[in-house]
Amino acid sequence: MTTLIIISVLPIVILYLGLYKVQKALLPVTIIGLLAAMTAAITQWNDSAVPIYHGMMLFNNFSVAFSVVSIVSTILILLLSKGYFERISSHIAEYYAIILFSLAGIIVMVSYHNLVMLFIGIEIMSVSLYILAGIRKKDFASNEAALKYFLMGAFSTGFLLFGIALIYGASGSFDLDGIRDWIVTHSRSNDPLFYTGVMLIIVGLCFKVGAAPFHFWTPDVYEGAPSLITLFMSTVVKVAGFAAFLRLFSACFFTISSFWAPVLLVITIITLFIGNITALYQQSFKRMMAFSSISHAGYLLFAIVALGAGSANSIFVYAAAYSIASIIAFGALILVKQQTRTDNFDGFNGLAKNNPFLALVLTVSMLSLAGIPLTAGFIGKFFMFSGALAHYNTLLVVVAVVNAIISIFYYFRVIIAMYFRSAERAEVEVPAYYKFVLGISAIATIVIGVYPAFISALI
Amino acid sequence: MTVSILLFLPVVAALLVLLFKNEAVKHAALFFSIIELAVAIYFLAGFVPDASVQYAVDATWIPQMGVHFTAGIDGISMVMVLLSTVLVPLIILTTYKHQYKNAKAFYALILFMQAGMLTVFTALDGFLFYVGWEAALIPIYFICALWGGENRIRITIKFFIYTFAGSLFMLLGIIYLALQTPSGIYDLRSFYDLSLNLTQQSWVFWAFFIAFAIKMPVFPFHTWQPDTYTEAPTAGTMMLSGIMLKMGIYGVIRWLIPNAPAGFLQWQNLAMILAVIGIVYASLIAFNQKDGKRLVAYSSIAHVGLIAAGIFAWTTQGVQGAMIQMLSHGINVVGMFFIWDIISRRLNTRDISQMGGIAKVAPNFSIAFLIILLGTVALPLTNGFVGEFLLLKGVYNYNIWFAAVAGLTIIFGAVYMLRMYKGVMQGEANELTLTFTDISGSEKLVLGIICVLIIAIGVYPQPILHISEAAVTNLVNTVSAKFVNAKY
Repeated sequence: MTTLIIISVLPIVILYLGLYKVQKALLPVTIIGLLAAMTAAITQWNDSAVPIYHGMMLFNNFSVAFSVVSIVSTILILLLSKGYFERISSHIAEYYAIILFSLAGIIVMVSYHNLVMLFIGIEIMSVSLYILAGIRKKDFASNEAALKYFLMGAFSTGFLLFGIALIYGASGSFDLDGIRDWIVTHSRSNDPLFYTGVMLIIVGLCFKVGAAPFHFWTPDVYEGAPSLITLFMSTVVKVAGFAAFLRLFSACFFTISSFWAPVLLVITIITLFIGNITALYQQSFKRMMAFSSISHAGYLLFAIVALGAGSANSIFVYAAAYSIASIIAFGALILVKQQTRTDNFDGFNGLAKNNPFLALVLTVSMLSLAGIPLTAGFIGKFFMFSGALAHYNTLLVVVAVVNAIISIFYYFRVIIAMYFRSAERAEVEVPAYYKFVLGISAIATIVIGVYPAFISALI
Repeated sequence: MTVSILLFLPVVAALLVLLFKNEAVKHAALFFSIIELAVAIYFLAGFVPDASVQYAVDATWIPQMGVHFTAGIDGISMVMVLLSTVLVPLIILTTYKHQYKNAKAFYALILFMQAGMLTVFTALDGFLFYVGWEAALIPIYFICALWGGENRIRITIKFFIYTFAGSLFMLLGIIYLALQTPSGIYDLRSFYDLSLNLTQQSWVFWAFFIAFAIKMPVFPFHTWQPDTYTEAPTAGTMMLSGIMLKMGIYGVIRWLIPNAPAGFLQWQNLAMILAVIGIVYASLIAFNQKDGKRLVAYSSIAHVGLIAAGIFAWTTQGVQGAMIQMLSHGINVVGMFFIWDIISRRLNTRDISQMGGIAKVAPNFSIAFLIILLGTVALPLTNGFVGEFLLLKGVYNYNIWFAAVAGLTIIFGAVYMLRMYKGVMQGEANELTLTFTDISGSEKLVLGIICVLIIAIGVYPQPILHISEAAVTNLVNTVSAKFVNAKY
């Protein structure tokens, strides 16, 4: 709970700092605040987890783990932001504040114990994101992104809310335990109200995590938003979405998996193929990352389709691996774009010659996203495949393998561009904090890939 | 002393090599690879040639997934360890006259790849096996793509996707097997203890077979191979053909057939037919090759086809033949590619029709070429003969007609190899070949070692056969006993 309080108070402090034009203090204060929040979360590790505030929230190890992953990713992303926001606008305190508000919503999303809190968490997060997507006020693409995201987001929130209402109508409870108990006692009833509610919730959540066929907003929003915001959306927000998704389904709807699992199975397969095949045809690195994030949503859905004791663990490892790799990829993109002014793959041509470090970390990131052994991404895929095979979802795993093969083409395009294509170019300047973030992320990717035991036994 | 020294030494060496500069890089890489060879020889000296696993290491890796770092050396692994530790120093020596851009990275990748391959050859845990399998693939991809020929980008990505695709299905097979074990562990011995039904075993068979068939390669999964061999830098080609393709053959012996005996029995005939088709098909294509490196690439497919056929026959003789032939083929093919490397570096072409008469200007070179060639075409008293004889005997025990067709490889091989020799070495020297200078220095050393090995193994193969004999006999008999159960 302390975590949530810190993260909620922090943005208000930041706004005041902005008011008094203490620009230099913004980043340090934010980082220190986030570190404090993270420490607060870690101290709750293995505490007796009982629902608090009349069963509204539950801080168990699951929440702690996902809070920490979200906070760490946010810290890394904010470190990359030094000097980035200043170029976009003069009101930089807003950025930090809105990102932190969004993070507060995320903390709620990973620790709710009541559907009302789920809804509130998602709304806090989403409203902040609508603003962030459109923060470049004069930019056409940014405006388009914000509007599109807002309209589609509001639409999907409607589905979610309607679903929650229907479930309340059937079971008479917003509480996760209450709903679960209702399902157990009414296991033989075929209440259409309830099952429609479950379907609508699936639609709402799939929209939030960008799973096909509810993904249409993703590419445009990801491309239009500033790169760092895109990074925030495709890592922290997506991971939180999955944590919320998993929490609901493993706590409440576990016993009726025969009802929703086939639906999610179809969604997963569509998501994998749409994400991967579309990513194959992109010329823009940023758009490729957008579509690849759709396909990663597909892999993350594995853990929910094959719901079991290891699901939380699988999502945790996969999400951590994916977030770290994405941070590297976007960090490199921002640097390269500063020099070449383009998002395209061509912008990476010949990068390895003058920037061996940047090329190396980006290679590690791409190998991790592609799921090559000795990187974190492989461990994530390995967990997902094991979970799905344990449930005899052979079809799903074979589809996933085919998709993993397709994904090699576009991830290796970057590597090929950097190492094997030559272009006359000057050295891309890599600031020290970028070196720090990218280096740490690359090392973390390798360490998790080589010795995953210390992260994979957490939840 | 456990096998982990053998596995981690090249990784450390790869990192250390990065610290050196200029010419010193080569010497450092050679030095470390010789140390690795010395470790292997030390292991060999203390090795008891029975069926047991020695120098074993077993450490927990990912506890909740049942993954252990389990590796060890038995007779079969020992031969493979020898193969990779003998060839890597030789391959590094062959590069002594090359100047690579960014040489540090080149030699580091070669050493890293060696670590991956040694992991494959000694792993007794499914997960570790897979990790080694891929850890060998990434470096060779970069070696081929960074230092390869003109079309390298397109061809190497094809190669990578092909092998990666195959190995992912193998990963599924491994995970599936682990989930079937009572305690959900990836240990190879617990895989052996499983008794799955025929349908399950058939799926497992195919999951593994595709990965190994692509790696070897067996017809019709070979299409990546000639292009990649031709485009790769010669050291890369040697790593691929000399050691890496043996990962596929080793996989069949250790992971495919014993894990799915009934599934294997079900598809044995098909596997055999594919192997035999590969032999004839590759030989026929080799006849028409003008490019020497490409010709050797196709001849390699034919030779590997015979090895595969010998294993698929699954008799002690066949598998023993495969063991020694893997070693011999590794030595011969490295020699053959080196010969072509020397020629193409001196003449700037690999077109056989432009050559002739080199024997007159370069006598030492022509002797080495001839000895390697005779080893490749399996003349008695050369190393190729022992292996091919045992392999054919194994195939013969399975089916006489397959043996008859597979035996064509020897005849065909002799024809196209000798024709190549005639085209390159004999006849009148032309303007181009008159400039050919005889071998010297490191070239002489490498070719000398290879020639000695060819003749030594050919004359007295017993020590090598002895290393793997007990392990092979044990494995073949255990699995064959399961065949009997599967039949009735």
